[in-house]
Amino acid sequence: MIHAAFLIPILPLAGFAVLFSLGRRLGNPLAGWLATAMVAASFVVTVIVFVALFQQAPAHREFTQSWFTWFGAGRLRVGAGILVDPLSMTMAAFITGVSSLIHLYSIGYMKHDEQFPKFFTYLNLFVFAMLMLVLADNFVLSFFGWEGVGVCSYFLIAFWFERDEAASAGKKAMIFNRIGDAGFLVALFLIFERTGSFEYTTVFSRLGHVGTPSLVAIALLLFLGAVGKSAQIPLFPWLADAMAGPTPVSALIHAATMVTAGVYLMCRINPILHLTPDAAHVIAWVGAVTAFVGATSACAQNDIKKVLAYSTVSQLGYMFLAAGSGAYVAAIFLMLTHAFYKALLFLGSGSVIHAMDEDQDIKNMGGLARLMPITGVTFLIGWFSIAGVPPFSGFWSKGDVLQNAWAVTPALWVIGAVSALLTAYYMGREYFLVFLGERRWTEARPVADGHGKELGHGLHPHDPSWHMSLPLVVLATLAALGGFIDLPFHPNLVFLERWLDPVVGPSLLQTHFSVGQEWLFSVVDAVIAVTGVLVAASVWRASSSRPALEPRFLFMAWFVDRGEDRLVARTSTALANFTATVVESRIVDGAVNGVADLTRWSGERLRRIQSGYVRNYALGLVAGLVVLVAYVLVRVGS
Amino acid sequence: MTGSTAILASMAAHLLAAGGIAMPRIDYTAILPELILLGGMLVLVLVSSLSPRPLPTEAYATATVGIGIASLVASLVLWRDVSDHGPFTAVARAVNVDGFGVLFLVLVSCILVVAPLLAAGHLRREGVGGCEYYVLALISGSGAMFMATANDLVLIFLALEILSIPLYILAGFDHLRESSGEAAMKYFVLGAFSSAIFVYGIALTYGATGSTNLAQIAAFLARNVVTSDGVLLGGLALLLVGFAFKVAAVPFHMWTPDVYQGSPTPATGFMASMAKAGGFAALLRVFVTTFPTLRGTWQPAIWVIAVLTLVLGAVVALVQSDVKRMLAYSSINHAGFVLLGLQAATARGVAGSVFYLFTYSFLVLGSFAVVSAVGGKGDERHGLERYRGLGRRQPALAVTFAVLLLAQAGAPFTTGFFAKFYVVEAAVSAHSYALAAVAMGTAAVAAFFYLRLVFLMFSDVGRTIPTHEGAATGGTPTDTLEMPSAGGVATLVAAPVAALVEVAEPDPAIVAVSPWVAAGLVLCVATTLVFGVWPQPLVDFAHQATLII
Amino acid sequence: MSIDASWYLTLAAALFTIGVVGLLVRRNVLVMFMCIELMLNAANLTFVTYARALDDVGGQVAVFFVLVVAAAEVVVGLGIIVAIFRRKVGATADDAHVMKG
Repeated sequence: MIHAAFLIPILPLAGFAVLFSLGRRLGNPLAGWLATAMVAASFVVTVIVFVALFQQAPAHREFTQSWFTWFGAGRLRVGAGILVDPLSMTMAAFITGVSSLIHLYSIGYMKHDEQFPKFFTYLNLFVFAMLMLVLADNFVLSFFGWEGVGVCSYFLIAFWFERDEAASAGKKAMIFNRIGDAGFLVALFLIFERTGSFEYTTVFSRLGHVGTPSLVAIALLLFLGAVGKSAQIPLFPWLADAMAGPTPVSALIHAATMVTAGVYLMCRINPILHLTPDAAHVIAWVGAVTAFVGATSACAQNDIKKVLAYSTVSQLGYMFLAAGSGAYVAAIFLMLTHAFYKALLFLGSGSVIHAMDEDQDIKNMGGLARLMPITGVTFLIGWFSIAGVPPFSGFWSKGDVLQNAWAVTPALWVIGAVSALLTAYYMGREYFLVFLGERRWTEARPVADGHGKELGHGLHPHDPSWHMSLPLVVLATLAALGGFIDLPFHPNLVFLERWLDPVVGPSLLQTHFSVGQEWLFSVVDAVIAVTGVLVAASVWRASSSRPALEPRFLFMAWFVDRGEDRLVARTSTALANFTATVVESRIVDGAVNGVADLTRWSGERLRRIQSGYVRNYALGLVAGLVVLVAYVLVRVGS
Repeated sequence: MTGSTAILASMAAHLLAAGGIAMPRIDYTAILPELILLGGMLVLVLVSSLSPRPLPTEAYATATVGIGIASLVASLVLWRDVSDHGPFTAVARAVNVDGFGVLFLVLVSCILVVAPLLAAGHLRREGVGGCEYYVLALISGSGAMFMATANDLVLIFLALEILSIPLYILAGFDHLRESSGEAAMKYFVLGAFSSAIFVYGIALTYGATGSTNLAQIAAFLARNVVTSDGVLLGGLALLLVGFAFKVAAVPFHMWTPDVYQGSPTPATGFMASMAKAGGFAALLRVFVTTFPTLRGTWQPAIWVIAVLTLVLGAVVALVQSDVKRMLAYSSINHAGFVLLGLQAATARGVAGSVFYLFTYSFLVLGSFAVVSAVGGKGDERHGLERYRGLGRRQPALAVTFAVLLLAQAGAPFTTGFFAKFYVVEAAVSAHSYALAAVAMGTAAVAAFFYLRLVFLMFSDVGRTIPTHEGAATGGTPTDTLEMPSAGGVATLVAAPVAALVEVAEPDPAIVAVSPWVAAGLVLCVATTLVFGVWPQPLVDFAHQATLII
Repeated sequence: MSIDASWYLTLAAALFTIGVVGLLVRRNVLVMFMCIELMLNAANLTFVTYARALDDVGGQVAVFFVLVVAAAEVVVGLGIIVAIFRRKVGATADDAHVMKG
């Protein structure tokens, strides 16, 4: 059954092909159903392959399925093929699973959009690219998927491109990602130069022959790629802007799947990181600081999706903290549970936005829990999960990360724990402002009207149709119970760790905590989470505005975006202007234009030879003949 | 009359009696693709003369496509034979059935599948139906096939003529248009001239080596070290002139712009692909496998010719304002790239050249088909300005042309990129660094004029078009052909075709694209993109062909 | 007395050169075409001479092929010439120069 693995990416690709050529004809909602069916089918295949893999002995859970040689030149051979192992199948399973739910949700969410088929075309293409990224058996094919998801992300952020903010957000995402991709690309060259191969298994088997400086360079360059894709410091501002895209896109791409690609990459190259502890430390510290900056920034946002965006930045920071600590299982564990609860939160926010008629300001909401019970309850579960309240999934996964951070150095644990407190707090703030408290909107028309739309029909918030509710419920269940796939306390309960062991086992950080210490960690985590929830409750239960707690500094996300704008963008613009006006127009243009003019001039001269008289053409031929014969006769003579 | 027949008969009897000539056993399967083309051609002629009323041009096009597919199948069967049992010679060792030759059989068959589709629209529009165009194309194709598989200089000469003579006629096919006749005359006079030079080259080579058989010549040269035989080297030079004329290498290229411009546009595409395929097949075989010992002499000559061809093609294309003429000069530039592989004279170089020819054939066929459609009735409006705003008026057509042009420019994710990549890589690995650098430089110049055309198509001027071009197409609605509205996979294939099809509106700016042409274009673009993303099968194909050489 | 083969070869080369020069200097398309015939026959003479010198029949056979090709060229060539010059009586090759550059 493992041989069916090729179907996993092919099905969404087929969906894309059909939608691309016939999407308009299929129309609304058939195009959406087709896309959903394709991804769901892919999920089914994934489960089948997953089970088949599970039935193998742990040591034999690795299969390479080579499809064909993609291209080759000299000793370079780049194949197209997939690697089926516990890591890739775990990724594929949650990607296809969450994607199926979000596709289904989108059928409802995008119901009134004119570009309905196009949306699903991109979505299916995205799933294909994402699956290629995680299933590829070599770096180049992964990079292909990496670029593919980037392109899809660009299209989907800028899906409503007639809105300026969407168009520029798309562009911003593209630029920030390009910076990271440059690192990835250089790493690719370096990998091939040092190991002579791109295939994961071959590269990892030849690491012994590669010097440490090269390995550190490769690790850090790949990490640069991950920083761009996964919105870490300093390349995180694009993710907040990316919220301009449709909410299902935010849920799928900018929370559950694409942004975790960087974490996946770090886990995939665990044999490299294992040999370069210094690079790993850099990763861990960048992750920890990002977790903190993201969490603090989330505390002061007023846009329902921006809170979640910064929260995602923060959570991704945790994942890198884990990966950098050598706790790859914890990173994957958090990635899975995060996919569940963050997708849930985004989809919940989507139904709130629908209910509030596209208004996203949480200051204009309030009291929605009673009107939208399903959304309210599932959102609550999402909040408790991300906050780390036991026994919801976030408690277990975040606990795992923090525990491993402590094993590296307590300083990392402190940053992580503070961020955890903030996480519980900012999500509480959001929950209270949106779902509880007094209504700060009127049924006649909303208080604020951000987009200048005609709003004559009034507001009647209610739970969405079943397309949208069902994914909420499923995701809420997963968010609540997802933690049980990897429990501490007893070696027999760490299911995920044992499953991933063949891939990451040798590089895994070894911690030596007694059962008592583990209990202690758990209790501390629980206390932190509950404290955060209670603080949020005490502050935001009654009031909707506390300027002291929402400083501009945090609202602007530590001014990182603006700082980079000033520092990098403006200086480079100035430099570019200088280049354009002085270097380009005087020197380069001069040279280029000179060459162009020369080319054109010689073209004009040469065309005159072409007189149109057939005898002249014959003369040209004879001239060539005479020169040739003269040449060979000279050769004969010499 | 009877007297001369008697003399011939007695001569033949005398020769046979003397034992000088034994009737060779003819292995018909070895030349089956050629026989299919010629047999099919005869059937076409027969049908057209026996049918009580003239058949539509599309009927002949379909028949020709069928003949092309049949020969494609026969070629692939031969390919399997060669792969399994190794190369062999047939018909008194005059025909060489090896991977290299069979690959060109496949290529020629492919051209004959695509070209009739692309020509059908033009022939209907210009009112020159009938079977002649297709018959000539088939004869020419069989000539190209014989050129690729010939193992004897005399057979190469014959094949060259079988390839060329139909092309002379095709060049003059639009007999009502003055430039078409002029093209035919120029092509014919210069073609016959170069053939005469070529055949004199054969005579000298024969004198120096004692044989016209390529294998025997190679064996002779391997036995005797002749590097300074004036007769042999002179013969070689004359052979080179003949080939260089056929493939339009500078300075033997001067017919090319005029003939390409004057010929009916689909015929131009056909001639560009077919003559280059046949010419280069024989050129590569003769020089790389028969005269490898004289490499020291001919490699520098090829080097100079390649540089001239690359530079002149790109530079003069830059200053053209007629799209057909621009593409003609660009085809000269392409010939320079193919010469890169010959100059390297390595297995890698030959594979690169073969790959280039394979991909280029589809690009040039498709490009000229678009030009034919845009040229409108009369096939005369090929000015660059004609293309302004095509992207808005007929997006599918413009995108098709853009893909083909970008591929010619060597853009990534098209076959054109890999084609250029492999020949330049071969040149570099053969240490021809300067040549590779020149090639890259001209590719940059070439990119400029391709992109200029692409930008022109997508520059925004709405549906307007210069007024002086307006009148001719107005109010000439052509026949509509309903696309089958079958569901499922059929629609998936038909969708891009349907997007391309355009029935000319009263608006003179809109040009008609018949479903046949649309189907042909979709084939061209599909090969360009599919093998552009996944070139390996084609690369392997080309490499296998040269390994068996 | 037998004449040395090189005489024939020289004659052939001279014929060939005359053909080439004739094609370059004459303007009448028919005469240009005759010059091409002359070149072909120069090749034929060379073939025959070598065939005799080498005592090999292959060269003689080649001559037949060249003759056949020449005949075919004449047919097509005259057709093309007639088609063009039906339009302009008494025209020369130089009158066809619409396309240039």
